[in-house]
Amino acid sequence: MADHAAAATGSTAAVLGRREDGAMVGINRRSRYIAHAILILGILVVAFPIFYTFVASTQSLQTILRPPLPLLPGDRFWDNYTTAIFGGIGRIGGVGVDTLLFNTTVVALGIAIGKIVISILSAFAIVFFRFPFRMFFFWAIFITLMLPVEVRIMPTYKVMVDLGLIDTYTGLTLPLMASATATLLFRQFFLTIPGELVEAARVDGAGPWRFFKDILLPLSRTNIAALFVIMFIYGWTQYLWPLLVTNRNDMNTIVIALRKMVSFADADTEWHLVMVTCMLAIAPPVLVVLLMQRWFVRGLVETEK
Amino acid sequence: MATVELKHVRKVYSGGVEAVKGVSIDIADGALCVLVGPSGCGKSTLLRMIAGLEAISAGDIAIDGKVVNAIGPAERDIAMVFQNYALYPHMKVYDNMAYGLRNRGMAKDEIDKRVQSAAATLELTQLLQRRPRELSGGQRQRVAMGRAIVRDPKVFLFDEPLSNLDAKLRGQMRVEIKRLQRSLGVTSVYVTHDQLEAMTLADQLVVMNNGVVEQIGAPLDVYEKPASTFVASFIGAPPMNLLPLTRAANGHALKDGQVLASTAFDGSAAALLGFRPEDAVVGADGHSFALDFHVLAVEPVGAESYLHGEAAGSQLIVRVAGRTDVKPGDRMPVSVADARLHAFDAAGKRIERSPAGVIVRAAAVQAAPA
Repeated sequence: MADHAAAATGSTAAVLGRREDGAMVGINRRSRYIAHAILILGILVVAFPIFYTFVASTQSLQTILRPPLPLLPGDRFWDNYTTAIFGGIGRIGGVGVDTLLFNTTVVALGIAIGKIVISILSAFAIVFFRFPFRMFFFWAIFITLMLPVEVRIMPTYKVMVDLGLIDTYTGLTLPLMASATATLLFRQFFLTIPGELVEAARVDGAGPWRFFKDILLPLSRTNIAALFVIMFIYGWTQYLWPLLVTNRNDMNTIVIALRKMVSFADADTEWHLVMVTCMLAIAPPVLVVLLMQRWFVRGLVETEK
Repeated sequence: MATVELKHVRKVYSGGVEAVKGVSIDIADGALCVLVGPSGCGKSTLLRMIAGLEAISAGDIAIDGKVVNAIGPAERDIAMVFQNYALYPHMKVYDNMAYGLRNRGMAKDEIDKRVQSAAATLELTQLLQRRPRELSGGQRQRVAMGRAIVRDPKVFLFDEPLSNLDAKLRGQMRVEIKRLQRSLGVTSVYVTHDQLEAMTLADQLVVMNNGVVEQIGAPLDVYEKPASTFVASFIGAPPMNLLPLTRAANGHALKDGQVLASTAFDGSAAALLGFRPEDAVVGADGHSFALDFHVLAVEPVGAESYLHGEAAGSQLIVRVAGRTDVKPGDRMPVSVADARLHAFDAAGKRIERSPAGVIVRAAAVQAAPA
């Protein structure tokens, strides 16, 4: 019986074990080709629409409206991009994509940073301090998991109107900042920090604030990076809330503007500018992921202790 | 330089569990006091109360004559070495050692002087720019010691600092800690569950069990005169042999019915008779206390061998020097010098013998059942 189990474990280990060169043991050449074929197919499915959008963004409106669309970039790259960024787009009141990018960056950064600051502080309080109703507050935060913006959208909107926060960056970001998920993530991470480390810091004369600043923050930095990436993209792609809380065209985020640029009548839509805006809307999140990839992956898989 | 005094210290947790039940210990200036006991005996709790990491439910703890009950750990002027070292993983060795000093607002060059000198003492100079995860267990241990030394505190507290090291390294570090503590002359409290560590390190040995102090004394005094059967079996490896006694018409009887004519123990209190494995001698040898020993297993350790077996209805261990050709199944007489016998009452407390007393096994073989 025991031998049997050992043999079974052994064979599983052989199948799952990785060789030094990173290839799986027990997988032959042909199945490796198949694996690559599937990967390439997946990349094509994801990448081709993006490539096609780019191609469209370099064509004139006439070319786009007269199918089929060429598969290679056209000669209007410079014209289209400068018009979109600096010239202003008629259908959204002459606002340029530069304003849209600025707005969206403020919103995405505000949400990401705000969420991280608020949730790391509340997790710090919940894990390392003993105060009355601690568990009540923990559950209160936990329950907001069930109340995303979409659920509480009417009361939240009313509050924003009453506070005069329509068409402001505060109104765009504040309701999206409080986050139970991030608080829980930091709480779980803080719970894995050995009690001895906290005690060593106490003996070393570090008060709560010093402990937070000198020990907790540096240890959390990969978690913070991972959370920043996720939250930045979450903020960047917000649709419903910015749609409600902004009226003025120059306060739109890029996703909202994109929607407004598309008219129901094909001929009214400046498709080449829409495509440019699409490309520019994709770029920042991709950049964030590319630049922070290493940290992001480390934050998800590694706990540094 | 300081004394540490504990007066009727108690720890009751909110659940009602009493972890420390009124402990009083006086630790002299510069002494190394070892708290030893099985897990859950309250020794770590006691240490953490001295450190200020646990609140004191009742009683007083004084460091250098000053009651510190209400003072936080940072202001008690103590330094602690933790079981898992508790090094700050993101800081270099240098910063690990300097952190406590920086928090106290010490001048930069003074910090540097102290860290460099501690690093030199502990042979860490080459490692100052490394991070803890790049160090071996023994090196981490030394960094943890360094962090305590640079503080130049009144008291060192050690919470099982060697339990994560392998046996060989543990032996080395034990000697190093002792040497360091001697040369620095800082009063130290050291918690361990390892009786060998306790015996070799301690100036003052405190044996704890179930939240109470079983015995306080110099290590060899505790070994020679264990105050209770708990101490007798906890201190010393292998533990002391204990033979239950019953009251017989003319004295005490062993489990198999052999009667002891005893003048050593006044009254009838004696319930257990004990002797250390190394105090038993193979052969009758003229000692008045002799048993018929039936060997069941032999453990050769190299420098000595342990004979596990049975005599008078109880399991015994007898140590013989060097190698032996005794085999399981052998029968032999085993005797113990009278002065090497210990007696305990029914509650397990040591019974002091009357000086002239001699234990004589009466009617030796005839009384034994066939």
